[in-house]
Amino acid sequence: MKKGRFGNYGGQYIPETLMNAVLELEEAYEYYRKDEHFQLELDELMKNYAGRPSILYYAQKMTRDLGGAKIYLKREDLNHTGSHKINNVLGQALLAKKMGKTRVIAETGAGQHGVATATAAALMDLECEIFMGREDTQRQALNVFRMELLGAKVNVVESGTQTLKDAVNETMREWTSRMDDTYYVLGSVMGPHPYPTIVRDFQKMIGKEIKEQLQAVEHRLPDAVIACVGGGSNAIGAFYEFIDDPTVQLIGCEAAGLGVDNPKNAATLANGSVGIFHGMKSYFCQDEFGQIAPVYSISAGLDYPGIGPEHAMLADTGRAQYVPVTDLEAVEAFEYLSRTEGIIPAIESAHAVAYACRLAPKMAGDKIIVINISGRGDKDVAAIARYRGVKIDE
Amino acid sequence: MSRVKNVFSKGKAFIAFITAGDPNLETTEKLIPAMSQAGADLIEIGIPFSDPIAEGVVIQNASERALAAGATTDKIFDMLERVRKKTSVPLAFMTYVNPVFVYGVERFMKRAAACGIDAMVVPDLPFEEKEELLSSCQARGIDLISLIAPTSKHRISMIAAGAEGFVYCVSSLGVTGVRSRITTDIAEMVALVKAARDIPCAIGFGISTPEQARTMAGYADGVIVGSAIVKIAEQYGVECVGPISAYVRQMKAAIE
Ligand SMILES: Cc1ncc(COP(=O)(O)O)c(C=O)c1O
Repeated sequence: MKKGRFGNYGGQYIPETLMNAVLELEEAYEYYRKDEHFQLELDELMKNYAGRPSILYYAQKMTRDLGGAKIYLKREDLNHTGSHKINNVLGQALLAKKMGKTRVIAETGAGQHGVATATAAALMDLECEIFMGREDTQRQALNVFRMELLGAKVNVVESGTQTLKDAVNETMREWTSRMDDTYYVLGSVMGPHPYPTIVRDFQKMIGKEIKEQLQAVEHRLPDAVIACVGGGSNAIGAFYEFIDDPTVQLIGCEAAGLGVDNPKNAATLANGSVGIFHGMKSYFCQDEFGQIAPVYSISAGLDYPGIGPEHAMLADTGRAQYVPVTDLEAVEAFEYLSRTEGIIPAIESAHAVAYACRLAPKMAGDKIIVINISGRGDKDVAAIARYRGVKIDE
Repeated sequence: MSRVKNVFSKGKAFIAFITAGDPNLETTEKLIPAMSQAGADLIEIGIPFSDPIAEGVVIQNASERALAAGATTDKIFDMLERVRKKTSVPLAFMTYVNPVFVYGVERFMKRAAACGIDAMVVPDLPFEEKEELLSSCQARGIDLISLIAPTSKHRISMIAAGAEGFVYCVSSLGVTGVRSRITTDIAEMVALVKAARDIPCAIGFGISTPEQARTMAGYADGVIVGSAIVKIAEQYGVECVGPISAYVRQMKAAIE
């Protein structure tokens, strides 16, 4: 396999201006990846700042109610800042610091990655600027204020569809203009090499912990691991440890918005084709001329027209399956998990919950499903109220 | 054999960029011969892309206008077939790798060659990934242009060694757009290229005034102007052919 490739996918399709910055990052990562001090520092942050390991919770009521496979929830929602995004961000911010960078920039969709980046920047004394599409600043207004509280500057992106893809465009443009002191903290397993590898490595403890925690209580592997997929970081984090365990089904849930047959969706593997965008070769929602499609999902974090290159490879080889989940199914699952287990999941994670609700009843009682609850749903409560037509005073 | 070698054979070259289909393809069809008449030595035709990450707002907006007005890769090819009956000016495509890849690289280059495209400028295809297009370009005699940036440093000799046609020297950090000052040591950039290889160098990004063009032409074999021309297209819409021709004439005169 060529450097930075996952099968055919991945690569470094970026302007020449950024090449040395990306090569510098690759070199630094290769060094610190094997550096004992770096790993110890990161472990310490994970334990005492992020609150790892996150709990693997047996959802007894949900299991009983669905009447099939046993359901466990991997509680990434309990991490500091409320999602899996903090895992990657602490790793990259520490790397930025070691590289001597003094300023971090990042894109954000739902605002979770922006909040996590602003948090790490506050902790590590880094200047921080976040880029967020106008539409997302409106549907995730609370997170904009959180980032500002944490000392970050939030730049509202007015170009294109004013969502996550445009926020990535604008962060790349910003990076092109200033890279000597600036580190781009990419939020998912996407972008040019080495990002998909770096982000995956900083998220893979999710699956590692699942394996150990389940071993301790069930003395066996799960039968299925289910996660939502935007760019794919929480999903690859949950899957990676199990790739060589062929009995474990790996299932990624894409945002189907109003349905895969409706143009308003973001289901990249269901509807997309192979292309080259945002630095990588992968699958994208696009037209016959390679124009990137304006995608849609109720979930700002899944509202992205592409998918990370490693997922593209896992989809092609069939090692993982990717299924579409609509807005309505996700909202129902959001409400269901809240009512049944007293856990309000992020609307992103609710896509995974929705598919598990479909799958569990079809599986025998001695089977085990693990759902990755990538984040908590506080940020989404107002949007769900709006979706249901409930008027609340925000 | 591509016509790019002719571009630099008559003194300093003026390379003009426009976004195809902005404000519509009929206007682009008139602009190309008019710009050639006005003195443009090579015309770069931007195939609009939905997400032009190397572009500043001026060209971003032009791409949006062109796409909204219905420009597609096929319609641009059709337009160029008509243009080629009127002018033999050297032509380059400027586009992102995705529109070429999704169209099918072979299929794209076949049509591009048929309408007399001489070169390809693809800002998100760095040296490490150029295999994506190179063999198809070479098979059709189309030069795949290499870009170097102020950050390229030790990469310059490697890039120059494999360059074809000319080397596109990016004058500044950041995206395209008009700049009041260019602070990069352009002379050094060009010297590094020439040390590796005797190949023409053209400087682009940020150039808008005749004075800037004259200064930059002093360092290199040609200058590339994009945003300043696209701004005129934005201002005059379908009436832009006259004002753009006048601008091109003035810029060409400044570097002669
Ligand atoms: C809670 C949560 N889950 C999932 C995602 C999607 O990202 P990824 O697919 O990289 O995990 C986001 C992104 O904002 C998120 O906030």
